[in-house]
Amino acid sequence: MSPTQIAALLAAGLGLVVLALLPYYADAYYLSLAISLLQFTVLATAWGMFSGPTRYVSLATTAFFGVGAYTVAVLGEVLAWPLVLLIATAIGALMAMVVGISTLRLSGLHFVIFTFGLAELVRQLVIWYEVNKTRVLGRYVFVDITQNDIYWQLLALAVAVFAIGWLIARSRLGFALRIIGEDETVAKHCGINVTLAKVTLFAISAVFITLVGAIMAPRWTYIEPSIAFNPTISFQVVIMALLGGAHRLWGPAVGAIPLTLLFEFLSARFPSTSTLIIGIVFLLIVYALPSGVVGLWERVSRRKPEPPAAPQVQT
Amino acid sequence: MFSSVTRLAAGLVAIAGVASFSAVEPALAQTSIKIGYALSRTGPNAGGAAVTTLPNYEMWVKEVNAAGGLKLGDKRVPIEVVQYDDRSSAEEAAKALDRLITQDKVDFILPPWGTGLNLAVGPILNKAGYPHLASTAVTDRAPELAKRWPNSFWLLGTSAGASNTLVELLVKLRGEGKIGDTVAMVSVADGFGIDLSAAARPALAKANFKLAYDKTYPVGTQDLSPLVNEAKALNPDVFIAFSYPPDTLGITEQARIAGFNPKIFYTGVGTAFPLYKGKFGANTEGVMGIGGWSGDSAAIKDYLARHKAASANGAEPDRWASAVTYASLQMLQQAIERVGKIDRAAVIKDLQTGTFDTVIGKVKLENNLPTKYWWVGQWQGGDFYGVGPASNEGARAPVVPKPAWKAP
Repeated sequence: MSPTQIAALLAAGLGLVVLALLPYYADAYYLSLAISLLQFTVLATAWGMFSGPTRYVSLATTAFFGVGAYTVAVLGEVLAWPLVLLIATAIGALMAMVVGISTLRLSGLHFVIFTFGLAELVRQLVIWYEVNKTRVLGRYVFVDITQNDIYWQLLALAVAVFAIGWLIARSRLGFALRIIGEDETVAKHCGINVTLAKVTLFAISAVFITLVGAIMAPRWTYIEPSIAFNPTISFQVVIMALLGGAHRLWGPAVGAIPLTLLFEFLSARFPSTSTLIIGIVFLLIVYALPSGVVGLWERVSRRKPEPPAAPQVQT
Repeated sequence: MFSSVTRLAAGLVAIAGVASFSAVEPALAQTSIKIGYALSRTGPNAGGAAVTTLPNYEMWVKEVNAAGGLKLGDKRVPIEVVQYDDRSSAEEAAKALDRLITQDKVDFILPPWGTGLNLAVGPILNKAGYPHLASTAVTDRAPELAKRWPNSFWLLGTSAGASNTLVELLVKLRGEGKIGDTVAMVSVADGFGIDLSAAARPALAKANFKLAYDKTYPVGTQDLSPLVNEAKALNPDVFIAFSYPPDTLGITEQARIAGFNPKIFYTGVGTAFPLYKGKFGANTEGVMGIGGWSGDSAAIKDYLARHKAASANGAEPDRWASAVTYASLQMLQQAIERVGKIDRAAVIKDLQTGTFDTVIGKVKLENNLPTKYWWVGQWQGGDFYGVGPASNEGARAPVVPKPAWKAP
């Protein structure tokens, strides 16, 4: 390793230590903000992990997020916490595989609409089950998890999502996915098992999203379908990833951090008009930065034409 | 490889930098009392918050400040308000409260609207030691929550209380020979409808009522005529709808159109809203619903008049949680003034043990819960009076059978 690399690794390590110790020197508000930042960093990175290379725009984030939260709501008081997280992982992966196998043959726009419907489908299934079988709607999550625990778990998850994303990008799977993203027919002709590659990555991405939902659930004490399956999360994650640029592993984080801070700033300073301003910001991002901050940065720094990099809806 | 690691490191350092940034504020002398709240100005909860919660918060602050402020010892200190929009999201509500507590350093916090959000902010208020006067949350876990969070006060009661009081009233009316024993029940497939219908089923069975019809419908159902027509075909004595405001309006409208006029017609949340009276006018006569208030009491009459005068468009309060919300503010005020300084632990103690003079009468909490609630109300001559529990002071006798629908 070169000295610069060692320096970079040291800086990363140091940054991580500073972050891990944050609950000891930050007050409740900054901890709360840090939890938001980590939550959206993991969600957007996990989203970009699948949607970046394959260019499938998934609006299913809230479906997995909600399933994770609900797993905790159902099992949180019954089982040990690591076991609950493990079960959430399994459910997320299983659901992603079922959904993936049945839908990843769809392309472009059909996939977007399906994933949007998926969140609603899962929500209605949960409601149906709760109404007709358990006869409770609205579950209480009384587990012994503090805000600090939530923060540390999210931090660990953030490290994991970057590490796994980095490994995938350097694996045969990552290479296969980039080819699929460029041209699926070519990929097939190269002998790539297209469906297997897509479903695998979709499942990995979904597991991270499910875990974020599970880790966040104890923060709310009370969970009902409208809280767990809130569709705005799906859109926020997409817009964050698009702002950053989904074609690089660290791109979505570049979008997630400033946008989370912006939303926070708007909610604090313009409480009555923040929703309106956020909508305008969304429009600006989509029109002004089609390939994200990362794409813009690469264009400016290399001064060469950039191929359309953001996930695009193929029709 | 090298570049992406550098960038990753730079990113992490940036996160650390942002996260560890913290503002330093100079300490100020006590020239005002800061009161903060985050309400749902947007999103699905906005309607409820705009009718029940916000007008009362604004009216109370205006009244207190007009009198010179809250009385701390021998001087009056005006209230300064810090408010946010929680966008009907539990996560936003939690964040807004963390911000109120640690950034704005408010002295007291008024709770959000609705069961879910009150539960979401419960642990935060408990940890920070702020009194939590939940006046718009109906949860069966209220006694348990009050134990878990001794700073929390659950003023609207449990869903089992609502259903049991209704069934008690039905038993009494059947005993008087005013109704038979056939009941048709519909409920919305959401927290409120599920909890109340789940409590009502065994209570009705135990009282030997015949539950001829028992259906749920999804939130947001537009066409409620099949439910109303099916119930009508069974010709029940009692019709119960554990419904949300839009369906409460829809079911009433359908029943009127279909001429479905059972001896008891009961609808859920929204029946007590001024909007309901505005839409159905004279046809509200005899309709029962959840909530109610002692409409004959001077305190309530005075409250109604002040509420109409204080709101910009002369809006009336709802006849259930509005008065309870206003009473909770009076309780907070009396507790603060009795303590005489900003001492939240002492204020909580006073709320637990003191007696309070409010628009809903004298309130003395037991285990952080009130001892009486209004659960069944009925529209009688243009106001929504409490009829159950019949043992409550100021309870009116129910008008049964309900008069026929009139053409609008």
